[in-house]
Amino acid sequence: MSGYYHDVGNKRYRFESLKMLMACATPERSGDQLAGIAAADSETRAAAQLALAEVPLTRFLEEMLVPYEDDEVTRLIIDGHDKAAFARVAHMSVGEFRNHLLSHEVDSEALAALSPGLTPEMVAAVAKIMRLQDLVLVARKCRVVSAFRNTIGLEGRLSTRLQPNNPTDNPTGIAASILDGLLYGNGDAVIGINPATDNTGAVVTLLKMLDDIISYYEIPTQSCVLTHVTTAIEAINRGAPTDLVFQSIAGTQAANQGFGIDLALLKEGQEAALSLKRGTVGNNVMYFETGQGSALSANGHHDVDQQTLEARAYAVAREFQPLLVNTVVGFIGPEYLFNGKQITRAGLEDHFCGKLLGVPMGCDVCYTNHAEADQDDMDVLLTLLGAAGCNYVMGIPGSDDIMLNYQTTSFHDALYVREVLGLRAAPEFEDWLERMAITNQKGRIIVDQHLPAPFAHALTRA
Amino acid sequence: MTDNTKNSTDANTTSAVTTNPWQQLSEHTDARIGLGRAGGSQPTAPHLAFQLAHAQARDAVHLPLDTEQMMDALESRFEQVVRLHSRACDRGEYLRRPDLGRQLNDESLEQLTSMNVKQCDLSIALVDGLSARAIHEHAAILLDHLIPAFDERGWSVGPVALVEQGRVAIGDPIGEALGARMGLVLIGERPGLSSPDSLGVYFTWGPRAGRRDSERNCISNIRPRGQSFESAATLILYLLDEASRREVSGIELKDDSEGDSDLGDGSQGNFLLPER
Repeated sequence: MSGYYHDVGNKRYRFESLKMLMACATPERSGDQLAGIAAADSETRAAAQLALAEVPLTRFLEEMLVPYEDDEVTRLIIDGHDKAAFARVAHMSVGEFRNHLLSHEVDSEALAALSPGLTPEMVAAVAKIMRLQDLVLVARKCRVVSAFRNTIGLEGRLSTRLQPNNPTDNPTGIAASILDGLLYGNGDAVIGINPATDNTGAVVTLLKMLDDIISYYEIPTQSCVLTHVTTAIEAINRGAPTDLVFQSIAGTQAANQGFGIDLALLKEGQEAALSLKRGTVGNNVMYFETGQGSALSANGHHDVDQQTLEARAYAVAREFQPLLVNTVVGFIGPEYLFNGKQITRAGLEDHFCGKLLGVPMGCDVCYTNHAEADQDDMDVLLTLLGAAGCNYVMGIPGSDDIMLNYQTTSFHDALYVREVLGLRAAPEFEDWLERMAITNQKGRIIVDQHLPAPFAHALTRA
Repeated sequence: MTDNTKNSTDANTTSAVTTNPWQQLSEHTDARIGLGRAGGSQPTAPHLAFQLAHAQARDAVHLPLDTEQMMDALESRFEQVVRLHSRACDRGEYLRRPDLGRQLNDESLEQLTSMNVKQCDLSIALVDGLSARAIHEHAAILLDHLIPAFDERGWSVGPVALVEQGRVAIGDPIGEALGARMGLVLIGERPGLSSPDSLGVYFTWGPRAGRRDSERNCISNIRPRGQSFESAATLILYLLDEASRREVSGIELKDDSEGDSDLGDGSQGNFLLPER
């Protein structure tokens, strides 16, 4: 079989390969243009989407976008494909699959049962012919729940990662951001810090510090220091109290090599964390971050579009039963996602693809100052993600990450989206917030001039 | 009024704002903590303070390099200076095409070659990057901390380049054309919300086209409220001296110092935990 086509009037649009068809069918984004694989014009893109809608889902099991021989991620996807789960959609085209997903008959249970039968390429393909409302509606039906010291991803819940980054790892600065976040009801997904250095000694110190705080205040949450998996393993060997092992991952073997990892190393990291048996209500010990464009940035993209490669990263993630996975959607910069419109769509695509593949998906709703985006764009994406049932978002003081120099969602933003959509924190954490008199039964913040006793006491030491 | 206080100063909203009694902690961090709340949302004052900071960061990205001012500043300090341009013709193309920002346009390359410099110890390029403000405000001051040390060491400095629409790696073809042993690039960094004027310095041993990022050393966040000019200059000279001795740069020339970490054993200043 050679090529795909669609006729528009007298004009025949041809696409030599599935890879090329997928790239041309992708809604406009700067990263695919930078890679030189995007549709040349709008009609070509629309024709590609029409052609893609006709492609049978089985085709994705026959024509590899990234060669099986060259890439362990492709091998993971193909070798791990569950044919029995796939059977119920095996006769469908991409277009029919979209209709199926949208139908009332397909509910959470059906989607969960289908998940092991789907490959990232199938999921990416259907995302390309969906509008934002489709991405929201179908993702909302998916339920992917994970647990460690609390339970994340339950219906009607939205958690946050408290991100107390400080450019010099100053303990007072870190503690101040943690206090601020907790008293604004944030931190149930994780208290997760990006350290200023990758130095193992510093990582161990930070892990100890976070663990002491969580223990002292008896907070039903987990901590993470976002360092390279090899550093995390070394820290565990040195006896550091490690809840979660973090790693940035991508959708090809070559891009993962750029991160200095492979599947075997991730397995090693997971086993090291599991050996500590620190989870109380669950054993999901991995935390992954991803983002469209990372494979191109590492020159490991095989001329495949960035949205498809991102979905392939979720196939890597689901292999390790993570607690948390989030796309850092606007962090990479305008050469990959140019403006608020592109960032918004990418965030919803990523959340949809992750959820459909069975990954406990969150999102770092964010942008850099050289992208054409602002707070209004973030509000749009945050609200849509809330409606889509996103597991968690970031929480940072006043949206300003003073270490990584980008803007993500603030503690206040989480309160906004919880208020507007009636969402609540993870149940165990919600109980703690009430017990500490930080929130009332409605989940609203009630902290005023009189702080909850343990925190008032802490302030006297500052 | 340009007051940046975290309290609402707007008389109309004061009554609806709940302030936070931990505001005092802002002395210890630039993080936007203790903003208070109106309901659960940010009060007007911190909300608009954020919008101002974002506007400044945005403007920093799009502010054109003042080539006249900078050429004057360079000509008063160096024997030979040269004005160059990358292959990205404007800011729009620059933002979308990082590859073009790493290459000199034909005219610039020709200009550089025609200067007929066969070799030098050090090539220096001032590059607008993502913040021309960083170059306007800090580049000359940093150079003044370095020039006497270059003279002391007897290093020959090639024609100093002022580059528009450039990225870090554009220092490679420049250094290559000048036969430089070592290359320094002073570049405006991606502006943070609280740091629209941050200058970065990248050092490469044997700059030539095709060098990888792992072959460079970076000194970041140089600005009055960040890394000081003095400490940045000390660090740069340390790298240059070490590289001259070992003839490498990048990960092989890792800075062994602790950097600017304040972490210590993690307990100093961590008020959330009782004294041990």
